[in-house]
This record gives sequence, C-alpha cells and structure tokens, in this order.
Amino acid sequence: MTKLHFSRKQLCIPYALFLLLFVVIPMLMILFYAFTGEGADGSLTFTFSNFAKFFTSTAKLSTLLMSFTIAIISTAICLLIAYPLAYVLARSNWKKKNVLLMIFIMPMWINFVLRITALRELLDLIGLLGTQNYLNTIIGMVYDFLPFMILPLYTTLEKLDKSYLEAAADLGGNKFTVFTRVTFPLSMPGVISGITMVFMPSMTNYVVSDTLSNFNITILGKLIDEYFTTYDNWHMGSMISIILLVIIFLTLLATGGFKEDKNNARGANLW
Amino acid sequence: MAEMKKAKLSPEPKGETSPLKKEEKIIEIVGVSKIFDDTAAVDNVSLYVRKGEFITFLGPSGCGKTTTLRMIAGFDIPTSGKILLNGKDITDLPPNKRPVNTVFQRYALFPHYNIYDNVAFGLKLKKIPVTYVNDKGETYTKMQKLTRKEIDEKVKNALAVVDLEGFEKRSVSTLSGGQQQRVAIARAIVNEPEILLLDEPLGALDLKMRKEMQIELKEMHKKLGITFIYVTHDQEEALTMSDTIVVMKDGQIQQIGTPTSIYNEPANAFVANFIGDSNLFNGTMVGAKLVRFCNHNFKCLDDFEKNEKVDVVVRPEDIKMTNADEGMLKGQVISVVFKGVHYEITVKVGKTEVVIQNTESRNVGDTIGLDILPDGIHIMKKAFTENKYDGYITKKNTVVFGDGEFECDVTQLYPGSHLDEEGYLITAEGEQLDLTDTDVKVEVGFQSIEISDNAEEGGAQGHIVSIIYKGDHYQVIVRTEENEEDYVLDTEDLWNENDFVGVKIAPENIRLTLKQEIKQK
Amino acid sequence: MVRKILSVALCVAVLLFIYSPILLLVVYSFTSANVIGKWEGFSFSLYGDLFRNAEIMQILLNTVVLALVAAALSTLLGTAGAIGIFYSKKRVAAPLRGISQIPVINAEIVTAISLALLFSMVAFYRTYFSLVIGHMVLCTPFVVLSVMPKLKQMDPNIYEAALDLGAGPTTALFKVVIPQIFSGITAGFMLSITLSLDDYIVTAFTKPKTFDTISTYVYNAVKNGTNSSTPALRALSALIFVVMIAAVLILNLRVRKHSAKESAK
Repeated sequence: MTKLHFSRKQLCIPYALFLLLFVVIPMLMILFYAFTGEGADGSLTFTFSNFAKFFTSTAKLSTLLMSFTIAIISTAICLLIAYPLAYVLARSNWKKKNVLLMIFIMPMWINFVLRITALRELLDLIGLLGTQNYLNTIIGMVYDFLPFMILPLYTTLEKLDKSYLEAAADLGGNKFTVFTRVTFPLSMPGVISGITMVFMPSMTNYVVSDTLSNFNITILGKLIDEYFTTYDNWHMGSMISIILLVIIFLTLLATGGFKEDKNNARGANLW
Repeated sequence: MAEMKKAKLSPEPKGETSPLKKEEKIIEIVGVSKIFDDTAAVDNVSLYVRKGEFITFLGPSGCGKTTTLRMIAGFDIPTSGKILLNGKDITDLPPNKRPVNTVFQRYALFPHYNIYDNVAFGLKLKKIPVTYVNDKGETYTKMQKLTRKEIDEKVKNALAVVDLEGFEKRSVSTLSGGQQQRVAIARAIVNEPEILLLDEPLGALDLKMRKEMQIELKEMHKKLGITFIYVTHDQEEALTMSDTIVVMKDGQIQQIGTPTSIYNEPANAFVANFIGDSNLFNGTMVGAKLVRFCNHNFKCLDDFEKNEKVDVVVRPEDIKMTNADEGMLKGQVISVVFKGVHYEITVKVGKTEVVIQNTESRNVGDTIGLDILPDGIHIMKKAFTENKYDGYITKKNTVVFGDGEFECDVTQLYPGSHLDEEGYLITAEGEQLDLTDTDVKVEVGFQSIEISDNAEEGGAQGHIVSIIYKGDHYQVIVRTEENEEDYVLDTEDLWNENDFVGVKIAPENIRLTLKQEIKQK
Repeated sequence: MVRKILSVALCVAVLLFIYSPILLLVVYSFTSANVIGKWEGFSFSLYGDLFRNAEIMQILLNTVVLALVAAALSTLLGTAGAIGIFYSKKRVAAPLRGISQIPVINAEIVTAISLALLFSMVAFYRTYFSLVIGHMVLCTPFVVLSVMPKLKQMDPNIYEAALDLGAGPTTALFKVVIPQIFSGITAGFMLSITLSLDDYIVTAFTKPKTFDTISTYVYNAVKNGTNSSTPALRALSALIFVVMIAAVLILNLRVRKHSAKESAK
C-alpha cells in the first residue's frame, strides 16, 4: 500500500508545509499578539487589556457598530438588486444567457482599485464626493461586491429543477406562492453564499471607504490597518483582528455558511 | 457431498477431486486478509487458480471479490498473507511490474487519448530484451522499446480480436458502452498478459449486450488460451461462463467448485440462496439417508448422523406437482406468476411456503400434492445451531457477553447451589463463593433470543445484518457495533436489514458453564 | 408584457450602474483635460503621456510579472497539494482542506497583518519574497479548489489502469492524471492571475517599500491627492478596462463554444 501510493500522497507535503508556515503560524501569531502587551521595559507580558480596551472605548465600539451597519445595508442592497436580476437571467429563454451573465459579472476580473477610482470620478462629477461620505461608501461596496452576489444566486437559480416549480403550480400554487414556498427556499444556498461573500468584505475593505469618503470614514478593516501602520500598536491591531474573526465565524455559523460548497467562494469557478 | 464440505474447509480447496501438480497453479493465494479501517474486506482467503482456466469470484457487493481481484492486480496490498504467481511471491510487487492486465468495470479508458493510443499505451511503455551479436561474435542483450511498426501491428491485431478494426482514430467519447468495453479488453490483451482480470466488466451494459458479450468473452478465452479471473455478482453470468466458481461472502470463501457442483450441491444455505432460486427448509435426519422436513420423511442421497439438524435445499424446478392426495406433501396454491418460460407457483404447506417452477400452471386456491425425488434434495450440515460466547459474571450476578449484559441464573454453574442475601453463591457443600469476574462459556439457542424495536429494552443492541428466509421462519443475524458480536436467532416476524434492535434473552435460556474452577473465598 | 418590460428595465439599470464609471473613464481618456467633466477636444495625448511615463510602465510590468510568478508558483503548489490531499487518508486530508479554507474565508486585512507579523518577526519582511508568498497565500487555496473537483470527477480506475498497463507512478501521474485535471489547473492559474492583479491589501503589507503595483500606486495617488495631477492614470485604467473586458469575453466565449462542441458530440 505505502509503496504504491507513496508518491501521490507525498505531493501534499509542500502544500502542508506552506499552509503551516504561512497560514497557521501567522494566525497563531495574531492570537499571541492580541493577548500580550509591552511592559514598561519593553518585555512582552500576557494581558487581557487589549480586549478590555476595545470594549470600553466608545470610539472603537462606534467604529464596529458603524462598520456593521454599512455592511448590513450594503449586503441588503446587493441582495435586493441581485436576486431579481439573477432570477430574470436564470429564467430567460435566451440561448446565450451565459454571455449575458458574463456581462453582469465582468467587473470581477477587473482590478477593484481602478474600478473604485473610476466610481470616485463619477461621484465627483455628480457632486456626491466629499458631501455624502456614508452614501458613497455604501454605493462603493455595492458597486464592488454586486457580482459576488449575482453569481451564486444565478448558479443556484439556474440549477433549480423546473419540475419542482411545475409540481408546485400543478398542486394549485399561484405564481406568488410558488415563489415564496418553492423557489425562494430552494435558492437559499445561493442567498447564503452571496451574503457571506458580500458582508465580510464590506466590513473590512477599506480601500472602498477611503477612496470614496476621502479618508473620512474608518471601518473595522481600516482600524486594523491604522493600528499597524499609523499607531504602531500591533497588539491592539491583532486584538481587533481576533474580534473580526469572531464576527466572521459567527456570521458563518448563523448563515450555515460552513455547510456551503466553498467552490462558490469569491467566484472560484470564474474560469 | 463429502468433497464438497472439504472444499469449503480445506486450505487446498479442490482437494481430492482434481489432484493437481504444483506447476499448474498460476496464482496461489495463501491466507490473505485485507483490512480497511478495522473491517476485514477479505478474511484469511486461500485458493489457487489453474493455468488457462476461467475462474469467477461470485458474491454480493461487499463480499471481498473485487478486493481479492485488486490484490492480484497489485492495486491493493494484502494486510497479511501471500500471493504467488507461478510459485513466486508477488505480494508487494507494484501493478506495473506484474504480467497481469485488468479490464475495469467502467472501462477506465483514457478520455484524452484516441482508441489507438489507448490500446498502444502499454506497448509504448514496454521494453523487451533484444539479443544482438557484435563484431567479435559475442552476443549481448539490450532492453529495447517496441518499434512503431511492431506496435501498429499488435494494436491492429488486438482490435481485430474485439471486432473493432478501423476504429484507431476514433475518440473514446464517440463509442457506445459495448464498444468501449471492447476497447478496454483490447487494451488489456494487447500486452499479452498471463492473466486477464475482469472486474464486473459487463455490469454497465444492457441485458442484450451483456448476453452477447458473455459469449464473446468465452470465445476469446478459448482463442487466447490465457487465464481469466472474472468478478461478478451475477450468478447466471458466473454459471454460464466459468470453469470454476468461487462463492464469497463477508470476505470469506463459501464454496469453490464447478458451476454444476455449486448449483447442485451448495455447501451451505447462503450459497443455495445466492445461486439460483431455492427453497430452504429446516430438517432433521431421521434415519439412514432419510430426512424429515415439512412433517414428512424424504429419502435423500446424503447421509448424516441421525437426529442431526440440517438445512435442506430444494430447487423450485425439482418439485413435481401431483394430484392432491397422491403427493408426499399437500398444500394450497396461494400465488401463480407467469415468468416467460415457466410459472412460479407458491404453495402453502402447513406453515411453510414452497416455491415451484413448472411449465404447467395451477389456479390459486387449488389444493395440490407435491413430490420431491431424492436427487432433488440437497442436505447441508447446519452451520451452527447455537450462539456461543465467552463471558464473565458481574458483581450483580448478571453475565456480560456479546457486547451486552443479561440477567441470568448463576446457580446453574454449581448444581444444588443457591444465592445468599448478599449475593454470594452457596454451593451444595455450603461453601461461599464470590462469582464476580468469573469467566464463563455462554450458550443461547436460536429460538431463545427475542429482538425488540426498542433497543434500550435489550441486554445488547445491534443492527440486523442478515435475514434468510427458512421456509417457515426467518433466520436473523443481529450484529453489535462495538465488537461485532453476532446474535443468530429464529423469528417468524419479518424485520428489515439495518434495523437497530435490542436483543432480549430470558434468564432461563442462558446456559452457562464454567471455564475453570474459581478460587474459594 | 409588463413583467418583460420590468425585467429589461432592471437589466439596463444595473448595466448602467456597473458600466457608467468605466465608460466615463474610457471617454475622458481621449481628451487631454486634467479633470473629468471638462472636454477639451478629442486627443490621444493621455495615452502618449502614459507610454512615456517610465514609472507607470515599470509598475505595470511589476504587476504583471508578480501576477505571473505568483500564479505559476501557486498553480504548481496547489495542483500538487490537491493531488496529494485527494489521495491521502481522511485523517490527513480533512485538516488540510480545513486549513485551506482559512485564507478563503478570512478577511484580507487579517491575512495581510498575519503575514506582516510573521515576516517582521522572522525575516524577509517587505521583500519580494514576502510579497510573492503573500500572493501565494491568497491564490493557492483557489487552485486547490479548482483542481479538486476535477480529481473527484476523474474515474479512479484510470490511474490504476495506467499502472496496470505498465506505467510507473510518475509516468501514470503525468500521462493520465494531469491531462485529466488540466482544465482545473488552467482555471486555477487564470484565477490566481486575476486574484493577484486585483489585490491591494496583502500587497500593501508585504511589498518592499519602493515597489508598487497598479493597486498600491493608484490607491496612494488618491491618498496623496496626486490622482488628478496624473491624468495618464485615466488612460491606464481605460486601457486595462478594455483589455480585460476583451480578454474575458474572448476566453469565455471560446471555452463555451468548445464545450458546446464537445457536448454536441
């Protein structure tokens, strides 16, 4: 047994080492930094003070709350736009609906910094830039992440076996009940997949908020960045990261995202 | 019958029936086991394959037949035991070093190659010794690849054997299932293996195609003259094609024999049930070549000890229908089904249902007589008639065995003994004994075990792993999860396989015997 | 009928939303005005400026080379990893699959600072090495995700058939397994390139101080307010938009046509 399959199994060793060195150990280092602090003499000591400081600082808590609100609103808008759109695309009888879908999710392939900068120019042109920071940030998040909502929704709706819908109609359901009782529940995996892909980046992708609010809005991701680059307090930065990870974990738990086929994640099947 | 039993038990399966010289054995499997994640897929199997024969491993899915084949091919390495090829140990040899080729169940053709490249795959990798003579007249040998021309020739011949001349440039996806199967065969035989292994090769074909291919494979076997080892779960296929059949179940060989001997003289109830349709009765030997079942004494050809409990197999076509009062048995027709060539008639004789196949029909409700001639009665020793376990007594004077704990009567260990108030056993002589942790042998009869849907009710719990209909009752095997202890029991109720049930045994039905004298307190 | 009109209206509205900023930039890349909104006549001058701007050209080259290097290494590592995981026992495979998911689910900023912590503590902080590793952490799990389903789809007997016909394990791997999963490998490679080109946050935390990719350069230009003073960036964006849209359309249409042809057989 060992002789025969040795060479194939062995192939995962470099990858395993890679994951250990550059994923597991770095994550453990964050954990380590989050619960340590620098003493007066510069030595590292174990402490919960970063944790305490975060939850007693109104500024940090309001950042958290504001990030959360922005992410929820952005995710909701994405869903409200993407669901009917994906539904229309998936249901269309047009033979080349794949091409149509392509056109809608095209932005996934284009550098997001450039796209957000382009959006900034447009917002500038219509006079929103510099006046409506929160609105701009939300528009930006929706603009950036909309394709990531459309794709999983389209995929699930397209795969949906039409005989379910026919059966529901056959059993006397009108169009509305067929949608609410059959189509929507069956498309839940796509909805969940889309939400997890939009919600988390909306809390952290500070390039969007920076660019569109002229650096006036600090979301959670930006806060982490600032503790590393501006304040040079890596311990606090790590603690905020841990808090963010807990939020991600809880979101996944709440949406059942763990069960999801992660192949959809960030468009793994783009190509 | 005598050699039959031997075939099942002896390590030299065919024993005296066909004395063989060692050279004739091409493959010999010696005490091979294969364990996957703690379960034995193949459990101490020994057999051999004669050069040039068409041997079939037959059994239900999960019986270990494919694993055995894969160990011969070299895809799996036995956990223990040896595999010999022409007397040489090849147990650990990788598949690419074995002169054996395989035809896979789902063909396993390489989809990225065309037919030619598929068939030529093995040839292109092959190196053969070529002998040269140098200037000085010395000969030397060089390992050399086959030339393009040689490969072309061989591929062409192989494709001709499977009737696919001219298909070289076609792509795999353009072929039908039957054609893909032929390519798979060509790809294997082109390498001129000593043994061709076929793993349910016809499983994916439709019935008509399967029948045709059966005949073709048999002809190919004759033409090529190499050994075929064939794996199938289809008993009809095995009976049609094989020289020798190896029937397997739960990783163990049940019987080895020719198709005729396996059909006519099944070694046990499982084989009888698996090969062809059959009626199984519980019988008792009542005299010399006289067996009693269905409340009638039948003459038979097999002789066992008097009063021995036996399994009786009667093939449906071996039961003759007579007028109501002229037969050995009398019963009422309860169903008639037309099966194309014959009718399948079910007759209720007493409590037992008997299935008959006949070209004549009867009407439901008719009372008819049944005759069974001695040569239609096949008698097999009961595999075992009692459940036997090793157990021990607990503090509470219950007994633990077979992954369970049961109330029992410990006084039976010492005749004339009784229990005192503290739970110590007082022997007839008045000695006080502490039975805690005493090792005992436990015996429980098949009829003494009850099973219950409410698993918690039982002293042990397990899943039903087998149900065999025995004419008037079902023989059920319940297997526990922890140590896979089996409880064999007879019941009239129909259960489902995989039901999770509790095993209940009344204290008076648990027979205990001491393993050794226990120390005095 | 009403539904149809609503459907079309929705599609058009979303398309307008998605493409208006892009269109705006493309249109205004053909005028020499410094600020968008002022049309100063059609001209290619911004493109001229762009190609004469050595700094931007260097950055463009940096970005592409980085993407190619990271994608190639990720594809190699990820393909081997996927094959290894696929053939490993569950005891080994399950934790590896689990850990593979971390960079996929994780917020990029967390991945970025975790790598920054590691490299600053050990060595190679803000070197090309740390940058490539950072991109590989982002890309490799996606290569594994792309290759894995192809391995699952593959008939498990195919590898055994090759061995059976006399191929050694390595020959069998390259002659049979790799061709079978090749579409997954190319998909993983393309995805890696896309992810690498798209990335800002991990790049920002792992790149050498003097090294810039398009993402970091443009972000910094916005940050420092030098964005509008370099109108050539508009031409760069427009060019990238058009090239990417064309590339994606051509590649995807070709793939679909090909697979349509296959299924027609």
